[in-house]
Amino acid sequence: MEVTDQELKIDLQKQGVLMTSLNELYNWGRKNSVWPLQFGLACCAIEMIAASMARYDLARFGAEVFRPSPRQADLMIVAGTVTKKMAPQVVRLYNQMAEPKYVIAMGACAISGGPFKQGYNVLKGIDRYLPVDVHIPGCPPRPEALLHAFMTLQNKIASQPLTGPARPRHLRAGAPSEFSVPQCGPHGLVPPSNPAVWRPPTAAQAG
Amino acid sequence: METLEEICFRIKTALPAARVEIIPNASPCGQRSLLLGREQGLAVATFLRDDPQLRLDYCSNVTGVDWLEPSLPQGFVQSPSSAGLKKEAGEGLGESGTGCLEAVYHLFSMAHKNGPVVLRLRTENRLAAVRLPSLTPVWRSCEFQEREIFDLFGIVFDGHPDLRRLLMWEGFQGFPMRRDYLVADDFECEPTPHGDVPKRMSPRQGCAEVIQKTATADPRV
Amino acid sequence: MSAILETPVRAFESVSGAGAGEMLELAIGPHHPSTHGVFRMDVVLDGERVRRLKPVFGYLHRNHEKIAEGQSYLSSMPYTDRLDYFCSLTNNWAYALTVEKLAGLQVPERAEYIRVITAELTRVQNHLCLIGFLLQDMGASGTPLMYAFREREKILDLFESLTGARMMCNYMRFGGCRVDLPTGWMEEAQQVVQGLARFLDEFEALLTGNEILMARTQHIGVLSSAAAVNAGVTGPMLRASGVNYDVRKVDRYGVYDRFDFRIPLGDHGDTYDRYLIRVLEMRESLKILRVALRDLPEGPVMDPKARLRGFRPKAGEAYGRIEAPKGELGFHLISDGSPNPFRYRVRPPSLMNLTVLEEMCMGRMLADVVVILGSVDIVLGEVDR
Repeated sequence: MEVTDQELKIDLQKQGVLMTSLNELYNWGRKNSVWPLQFGLACCAIEMIAASMARYDLARFGAEVFRPSPRQADLMIVAGTVTKKMAPQVVRLYNQMAEPKYVIAMGACAISGGPFKQGYNVLKGIDRYLPVDVHIPGCPPRPEALLHAFMTLQNKIASQPLTGPARPRHLRAGAPSEFSVPQCGPHGLVPPSNPAVWRPPTAAQAG
Repeated sequence: METLEEICFRIKTALPAARVEIIPNASPCGQRSLLLGREQGLAVATFLRDDPQLRLDYCSNVTGVDWLEPSLPQGFVQSPSSAGLKKEAGEGLGESGTGCLEAVYHLFSMAHKNGPVVLRLRTENRLAAVRLPSLTPVWRSCEFQEREIFDLFGIVFDGHPDLRRLLMWEGFQGFPMRRDYLVADDFECEPTPHGDVPKRMSPRQGCAEVIQKTATADPRV
Repeated sequence: MSAILETPVRAFESVSGAGAGEMLELAIGPHHPSTHGVFRMDVVLDGERVRRLKPVFGYLHRNHEKIAEGQSYLSSMPYTDRLDYFCSLTNNWAYALTVEKLAGLQVPERAEYIRVITAELTRVQNHLCLIGFLLQDMGASGTPLMYAFREREKILDLFESLTGARMMCNYMRFGGCRVDLPTGWMEEAQQVVQGLARFLDEFEALLTGNEILMARTQHIGVLSSAAAVNAGVTGPMLRASGVNYDVRKVDRYGVYDRFDFRIPLGDHGDTYDRYLIRVLEMRESLKILRVALRDLPEGPVMDPKARLRGFRPKAGEAYGRIEAPKGELGFHLISDGSPNPFRYRVRPPSLMNLTVLEEMCMGRMLADVVVILGSVDIVLGEVDR
């Protein structure tokens, strides 16, 4: 049951009575133990490592356990430029992760190709193949920006309901947990994007 | 370090069959280069490495260049005599044969701590006759760089031990660093709300048309 | 055109020989925690022994050269930051040096000193991180890398107050540096340099005599000097094999001829030597830094005649190189007189240093491959560009 009377809850907490719902407890546990995949692509990976080191101390968010194996990871930080040669591997790694799983697109390259967007071997944004939860702008983003992205992700996890139509993907039986892996074709990736995840944007009509 | 003229003279003395020519360089740094004939390229390279006065034992850099135009930039690279050399080689500057591909080698001597000596090797044309002798047997440092040039420019190096694509995947078609390479059409133009601003603001019709065209370049939009 | 593409692809030939058992083909990477990015090695194993190793590149090929040929000279400066993303300032310097050669620009004395200071700080933090990662690959997870990054942050703070960015500094310009030092920067830098000398003693006390480190690195991954020279290996790796070649001494670019520093050389060419050379180089860098920070002259940081906009060097070509922390970083530029370079080529030290990887790993255990690769010091942004 959802606790709706927040004031009552806070009052009770002051008296030493902790009241929670299963939903909150479940999400509280999940959001404080997000284990990222140890997976660096380019420059942003160095800032990701810096974020996990002493000064920025990612451990405060329960996310310092970088797992080399996708089977043990909950979060993929796409830290750096995804090239066309690398994109199938990135999607395959995501498919190998166990649900529930999340994606942070770190840096301009992972979002859109960034400064290398004109390149013939550069994927113009990982969201063409994967559902991205948090985007971090920057080239590279500072470690503080990565920490902020973690907090954003934690808020997202905390607000996910366990039941109802708005429940997350891993609680819906029919929802896909794997996405099709693109192939390296003679000129680029085939298909150029996954229509189930991404569609080319259209311009909003101004006035 | 000997001057380039002296090196050139000594190559011709040691290998009379070799075609060597000094290519000027108008840049203030004055790094002139030696254009070698394809047939004797390997022999000249071996001579440069093993000659006790030169000992160019270290090949630092290999650059691939695509000279798309038959006439090279003014004051540089193509001296009048090199044009003559080309005619002697019987190269017709037809529609397929214009221009050439080039590999530039920068040599240094670690033993004598001097350099660079710049070598150039040119293919006959850009499309069919794109073979050059590989200098990997002389300097192993050329191995990956020549593979890269094969990958990105399409120069085939004869005598290379392992000539495969280096950076692009196997099955990729085309040579992306060539100047006439067309990038595959996967660059979705992502129109923004600001895309309309110049169309409304600019009195010049032509500009607006261009923007409109780019904004609808993707058929799926 | 199709004839070119039909050049046969050389796959692994069958490895045979006396005592050859079942061979196992293994692809290490492109996603592997010890390949320092998206590097892949196709390895043929006989039990645990390496019988063949082929590096596979291109997973971070971001078309730096092609993009640079489509834009003006200055626009490529921020892209050079992203080549070797540990050492953006030395990349900047190599590119600026080459363009200055190409166009015949002069650099004011103060700017040359600032370049030396930033480059040597870059070298120190690169070597520190390398040692941290090397130890991480050996299984010392955490401590050395934590220490290295703690000190690196202090240097990055200096870079940030000078250039505005921690990693991607984009600081040098053709004919000087973008901005002068902020007030108080010198004192801060002197403090950091002092602290680094103390830290290095501490770091070495922890590592250099460590028995496990010695057991994992000594006589492993031996590289002979002849093979290193022929394969174009440069930087600390070459000097660990005993070849006295440092571009700072050979070319004497910038104002390096004014500093008194030594070139540490190795005896064995093994992984331990490559570790030790880097520690010694850091000490020499600190020596240069102390003198440079003391002697920094007053004056402008930009050549007043240098033009940032409308920059068109005359037709010609130039090859410039510097001693980057990983080896000789070179740029080859061909100008046709237009605002864009006609040909823009980067000579990446990491790629050449990988040429000898197979040789060093041959016959070693699989676990040694990771350590040997760690001692090569690669950054994939530069290997693949």
